[in-house]
Formats: sequence, C-alpha cells, structure tokens
Amino acid sequence: MVENKRDNEYDVIVIGGGVTGAGTARDCALRGLRVLLVERYDLAVGATGRNHGLLHSGARYAVTDEESARECIKENMILRRIASHCVEENDGLFISLPEDGLEYQATFVEKCLAAGISAEIIDPRQAKLLEPSVNPEIIGAVRVPDGSVDPFRLTLANVVDAKRHGATVLVYHEVTELISEQGRIVGVSVFDHKTKQQKRFYAPLTINAGGIWGHGIAAKAGIRVDMFPAKGSLLIFGHRVNNIVLNRCRKPANADILVPGDTICLIGTTSSRVGFDEVDDMRVTPDEVDLLLREGVKLAPALATTRVLRAYAGVRPLVAADNDPSGRNISRGIVLLDHATRDGVEGFATITGGKLMTYRLMAEWATDLACRKLGVDRSCTTATEPLPGSNMEKVFGKNYKSIQVDSRRNSQIHRHGDMIAGIFHDTPAFSSLVCECENVSVGEVNFAINELDVNNLVDLRRRTRLGMGTCQGELCACRAAGMLARAHNCAERARTDLADFVAERWKGTYPIAWGDTLREAEYTQWVYSGICNINDK
Amino acid sequence: MQDKNISANNFEQCLKCTVCTAYCPVVAVRPEYPGPKQAGPDGERLRLSREGFYDEALKYCLNCKRCEVACPSDVKIGDIIQLARMRYSKHSPSLRDRMLASTDLVGSMATRLAPVVNASLSLKPVKLVMDNVLGIDRHRTFPRYSATTFVSWFKRNAASQQAQYPQQISFFHGCYINYNFPQLGRDMVAVLNACGYGVNLLEGERCCGVALMSNGLIDKARKDAERNMAAIRRSVNELGRTVVGASSTCIFTMRDEYPHLLGVDNSDVRDSIELATRFIFRLIDNGSVQLRFRPDFKMRIAYHTPCHMERLGWAHYSTSLLRMIPGVTLTVLDSQCCGIGGTYGFKKENYPTSQAIGESLFRKIEAANPDFVATDCETCKWQIEMSTPYSVVHPISVLAQAIDFEETKKLNINNHNN
Repeated sequence: MVENKRDNEYDVIVIGGGVTGAGTARDCALRGLRVLLVERYDLAVGATGRNHGLLHSGARYAVTDEESARECIKENMILRRIASHCVEENDGLFISLPEDGLEYQATFVEKCLAAGISAEIIDPRQAKLLEPSVNPEIIGAVRVPDGSVDPFRLTLANVVDAKRHGATVLVYHEVTELISEQGRIVGVSVFDHKTKQQKRFYAPLTINAGGIWGHGIAAKAGIRVDMFPAKGSLLIFGHRVNNIVLNRCRKPANADILVPGDTICLIGTTSSRVGFDEVDDMRVTPDEVDLLLREGVKLAPALATTRVLRAYAGVRPLVAADNDPSGRNISRGIVLLDHATRDGVEGFATITGGKLMTYRLMAEWATDLACRKLGVDRSCTTATEPLPGSNMEKVFGKNYKSIQVDSRRNSQIHRHGDMIAGIFHDTPAFSSLVCECENVSVGEVNFAINELDVNNLVDLRRRTRLGMGTCQGELCACRAAGMLARAHNCAERARTDLADFVAERWKGTYPIAWGDTLREAEYTQWVYSGICNINDK
Repeated sequence: MQDKNISANNFEQCLKCTVCTAYCPVVAVRPEYPGPKQAGPDGERLRLSREGFYDEALKYCLNCKRCEVACPSDVKIGDIIQLARMRYSKHSPSLRDRMLASTDLVGSMATRLAPVVNASLSLKPVKLVMDNVLGIDRHRTFPRYSATTFVSWFKRNAASQQAQYPQQISFFHGCYINYNFPQLGRDMVAVLNACGYGVNLLEGERCCGVALMSNGLIDKARKDAERNMAAIRRSVNELGRTVVGASSTCIFTMRDEYPHLLGVDNSDVRDSIELATRFIFRLIDNGSVQLRFRPDFKMRIAYHTPCHMERLGWAHYSTSLLRMIPGVTLTVLDSQCCGIGGTYGFKKENYPTSQAIGESLFRKIEAANPDFVATDCETCKWQIEMSTPYSVVHPISVLAQAIDFEETKKLNINNHNN
C-alpha cells in the first residue's frame, strides 16, 4: 500500500479494541472527529470479554468505594437505555448466609441508598420465591437493580456506530512504535498481522486504551503507568441455574457473584496478582476451580450438580497503589492521564482503571480531553444516543414485541437487536443452523462475516456465540470453517483456523474436564482428529 | 469438589452426537420439525434462559420415543420434549383434540349408539364434515365401536367362572378393547384361563391417559393416572394380583410416562404392571406354564414392532411367543414407526407426515406378503390396515387361534394343583 498522507492522518488515534477503546472511538466520531481505532487482535479479547458480564448496580462497591458505586448506578441506568439489546434486566439479590450474619446488611443498605442505588430488604421467603435456586439457608436478602450485559456485543455496537460516523477500525493491527517528533507523539507505527505489513498513521492525539497492555504501550513512549495485573478466574455453567444475579451481602471477596446471562450462568471471581509475562496466556488453576465451586455452591446449591462448561480468567487493568498485595482494595475508579501535564509528553493520553460498567464515562472523559486539545466544542451525546441494535422500536415499530418470530429469529433479536434487518432468514438455506446449541443460523454467520469484522472462527464466536454452547464447537466449528473458507476463498487458512479454534475451546475446557464435559471433549477430539484429520494441536 | 460436581441434569448428559435425530421418523419427512436433539436437550437450555424460546414446531413430535432408544447417553429426549409441550405450549386443545383425547368418554357414548355411529363415521359426507369442520383427516377410518362393551360381556359371560383358576390377575383392558374390540379381550381371557390364570377386571380402571397427554389435557390425565395407580395398588398389594394389559402403549404409559411426565409415582408397583405377551412368555420361560398348539394352525406372520414396544425393549417377548407356535413362519419387520402416533395421524395437518413416515413399512409388509401382520398396538393396527391390504392381529389373538385349549388347560391347571 502506498501511503497517502490524507489517508493516514486522523484527528485521534485510539489504541485498543476493548470496550473503552471502542467507546472512545464512538464518542470521538459522534463529536465529528476523524478517528482511527487500532487493535492488535480482535475486538473484546482482553479484560472486556473476560469478566462476569455483570451490569453492576454499584451495590457491590457501595460500602467500600462510594465513588465507583455512584458511577455504576448512573451508567447502569444509561446502558439500559442506550444498549438495551446487550442488557438483561435481571435484578440482583445480596443474600446473607448464617456464616455472614446480618450486621453487614444494615450498613450495606444505608450506603446503597446514599449512593443513589435502590436497595430493598426483602423477606428470605420472598427471595426464595423470586429466585428458587438461591441457598435455602439465607437469613436475609436485599434486592438491587443488577443485571447482565454482554461485553462482546456492547463493544461491537460501539464499533459499528463509530464506523457509521466515519471512524476507521483496524483489527489485527498491532502498535509497534509510538512515533515521536521533538518530544511529542505524532502517530503510531503498526504491524498488520493479516498482510504482514508495517503501516504508519498520524494524529495530533493518540489515546492509549490498552487496558493492562496499556502499561507496555505507554512504555513505548518512555512513560511509566503502574498497572496492577490482578487475575480473576471464572467458571461458566452449562445452563442458567438462576435468573436473578446472586451476590453475597458482605465485604467483596472471592467467588461471591453468580450472574445469569444468555444461555448460561457464571461464577466468579478469584483475585491474585500476576506478572506481566502471564497476561497474554492466563490459565485457571485447580485451586481456583475448587474455590469457585466451593463458594458458588453457597450461593446456589444446584451448582454442585450442574455441568461446568469451561473456565477462564481475565486481568483487571487496575492502576497500582502501594502496599496491596491482593489488589482487592484498589479503587475501581477511572484514571485519565494526560501525559503532557503528567510526563511532559504532548499528543498522548492514557485512559485506564475503571471497569466494564463505566466504559462510556471513561470514553466521555477521554473524548472531552481530545476535544479540549483539538479545540473542538462539541458536547457528549453517548448517554442518550442509543447504540446500533437498541433501536427496535424505531426500526420495527412500537409493537415490535408482539411480532411472532421463530426461536432462531428470537435468538438473533436477542443478540443483534434491530441489526437483524441485515440478516436473511426467509429460506431454509439461511435459517438452517450452524451452531445448534446457541441457535446461530447460516444467515447470522453470513451477516457477521460480511458486516462485523470477522477474520476467523474465534472472532465469529464473539460476534454470534457460535461455539459457546454445551458442545463447545463440536458440531458447529467445521460448518463455520466451511463458510469462512468460501468467504475468504481459502480452504487451507480455514483448516488452520479450525485447528486453532478447537485448541482454544479445549484450553477453557481443560481445567474443568471431568464428567460429561470430559466425555464430550473426548467425543469432539474423536470427531476432529478421526473424521476431519485435524491433529495439529 | 470435582468428584461431587457431576451434573444431575439429564439434558446435560447429551454429547450432541445427533444419533437421536438420525433415528427420528418425523425429521426425515417434516423439515419444520427441528428434530429430537434440538427440540430436546438443546432446546431445554434455551427454554431455561427464556420462555420465548419455546418452539411450537415441537407439536410435530409424535412421542414415539425412538430417540430415547437411540441415545447412548440415556437422555430422556422424548420426555424433555413432552414436558416442554406441557409447560410452554400456548396452543390450547381444540374441540377435535378433546374428542380424540377423550377415548373413555367418547367410547362410552359411542358404544350406546354403535350401529348409528359406525354407519355414519364411514359415510363420505360425514368424513368430509369431520375433515373440514374438525380437522380430522378424511382418509382416516375410525375404529368401529362395539355395541357391547368388553366389560358388560365379561360380567355377563366370564366373571363367574374365574374363581376356579389357581392364579389370579387383574386385566387392564384399556379403551380400545372395551369400546372397539372386545374380541381381543375375550381372547385374553381365554388364553390366560388356559394358562391357569383367572381374569378379573381392574376395579376402578380409567383410560391410561396417553391420548390426553399428547393433546395437552394434562390435569385430566393426572387425575386418571392417580385413580389408576390407586386401583393398581389395591390389586397388587391387597389382592396379590399382577395387572396385565394387552396394549403396549397403555402399559408403557402407566410404567414410564406416569412418573416421568405426570409426576405420578409408581415405583412400588411398577414391576407388577405387565404386558400380556411378556407375562405369558416369562411364565413359560420359568416352567410354570406350558402351551399346546393345534397341529392344523399354519400361518405366515409378519411382526411389526410398535414404537412403545421398542422403548420398552419387549418386542422379543411377543416374537418369541409367536415363534413357539409350530405352524407359524415369522418375519420380524425392521423396527420402525408406522406413522400413526396414536391420535397424531388422525389430525388433518399431520396426515401427509403420518403416511410418509409409514410408507417404507407398508412396502416392506407388501414385500413380505404374510397371511396377516401381528403387533401389540391398536393404533399401529389401524394405520397398517388402512394403508395396506393386510389385516393386523394381536399376538394374544394369534395364540387364541393356535392354542389347543383342552390340552393346554389340562397341563397348566393340573400343574398348579400338584
């Protein structure tokens, strides 16, 4: 590619395709800035896609971190409006077990109310009626407006909207260098993993939204951002045991949140400090699995006899404080660093800390800074402007809920909201299933490949839930690989891709491979090595 | 912890091997039906996440349970589908569904007017009206109603002679024998008597409920099931009488569907709910009963395995009994669904599916060209008799034709008196 000065100049370059980067790109684009988003792998591969998917009410932080709690409840209400297709309004219960006592409950409720979070003490009997899976030994329960949110689709919707407003989004583009001229950052040099080419892009401001990897990105400018890599592990169960989020009413600790989302529920998390050398390949240990199950059963005893699908871990991008070996007590608050004032490096800022819940506010802060620096006077509209997918009423009319659709279309609406207008579903050729566990049709896979920046099977999984069900890709992966081979006109690439996908699924299955999950993994292995002759990994 | 964390959820034991779908008779002919894997374990997961994922296409399942027979992981696929229909279906039973389901009520009214009912049900204009107004397919022939029920025949002609036999059983005759085909009931009495068993009516017998369940009349089905279980318990526990029936579907329903689908416990007496052919075979097998056959009985018979017989795993009891008859040349047809699915095939919307499912069976029967077909299920009988030129006979009726009653009685009654 011949580099054309016009083509590679932007107002803002955002580094990182997590939810914060995507949100920042969207906000910049909505405010009329020419923005480029670069991501070294795919969207939402880091901490964004490796958490509970909990739409926090803020109650969890009410006692320990009032500022975070206030931010959470505010953003919670905003996300219900602007990202309705990514949110399930499940509500949450903070339960007290005999071992917890009821002392914490009074303080908890008082602090929740002070932070603006509705917190209603309900009778344990009523709690059991509302959520039959809850531990029957509860002695107290408080109802709060928790929910669940799909971080993959939330990130995607931000990217789609950013692009609709003129942003350029380049996935599989890894920043190798921050281009520095006279002590100021003027752009980035990136390596395109798809074409194996090096490219340069320029902008008066580069925003580092690299999460835990932001530590390394800042280092390229000789700047030290002390991140605290705190690993959190979670377990995914095979189906929804609960329909209301279950939390323990006590000081935040390990494995005390059980979140229902989509077809599954998940328990988490653990918290332990890890080295930067580990953050690219997190592994869940047997001790963590034990701990998650042991504590999980206290929330919902049925977890003891529910199939575990997989285990995974993420790294919280916390900004380090002194003398806290666990990372639990660090504020989850937002950190915006203008490196011009902090380190004397112009043209570079870092947005970090925070959490999934506050991504929009983080993006707003970062974009406010960009506007100030670029002299643009436009105010933020992301708190009111719905994301693509959350316009069902606008696209399908007021009575869209009463439109009769089949179960597959229902899944598509659940995942893509009004974007289903772009998914063909009229003939069996389009409505037949690729992924049977998660109801992903041929039409939906085509839509994802054509419209949603899908380069490989793992990307496709994040866009559609393909391969996220009980069989973990046993039946769907080879079908989807066939469709990708056709789309890319390359069977060999699809074959390698298929091997990678199966290996990635096994990585998550391995820590919990017993019982039916192990039987199924054996069967999958037999299918792929025996029938498809895939023995690469 | 990991040792304990083994799923207790039956649907989670599915490994997605899809062999159930390969064995489903409906999938092959009805593309709208998602198949047992998707309708069962896959769908269950989705339905647990939200009710909107219930798919009305589950109505195409004819509850043959062949998916359960095929499953190597012992997933109760058919039960999962039936329970989902009971829980989530928004379709409420129509007048037609209620009529088809209420075999007991309709039967008791029809027998009173049997000549009129039989004559009118076979009239073309009546069939057309039933087709257009009710949605009962015009091609279907309703089983004829008998002017005298089995029960009234039994009370008048047989009841008083039963005490002479050394052993006693209770006979679950079911709706079909009582209202439509008392002859099979008479054959049962004759054969069991020859075996040395006195036959008693099961006091308080109700319809087994299979048609009620498949037509969504669950509360009525449960009420009947509870009454039947009370009757069976009295018979088994107080009188020491095994309950024996001739219909594989009635027996299957009471043994397996009561606990699985209706939540009606039968564990204490389940082993004493018996199918006639199995009951007799086992008596012969353990040496307590012997049969003698007429030398002039010569027949070529093709045995058709009903779906619920396949699910029970009991077809070989019937075929082994038939093979004991020296004059019988037996062809065991490949086990496959005939397509009727109880009341399923009577419904206009299911007629083409029903016939397409049975098509290859009909061809195989024609190729075997037997003197008649034998099977343990009355609805299979209707389907095969409607769709082929062959008549269908219950194995017990075959025995009734083949047994030398005098000789057999002597053997068994003396045997018991020894």
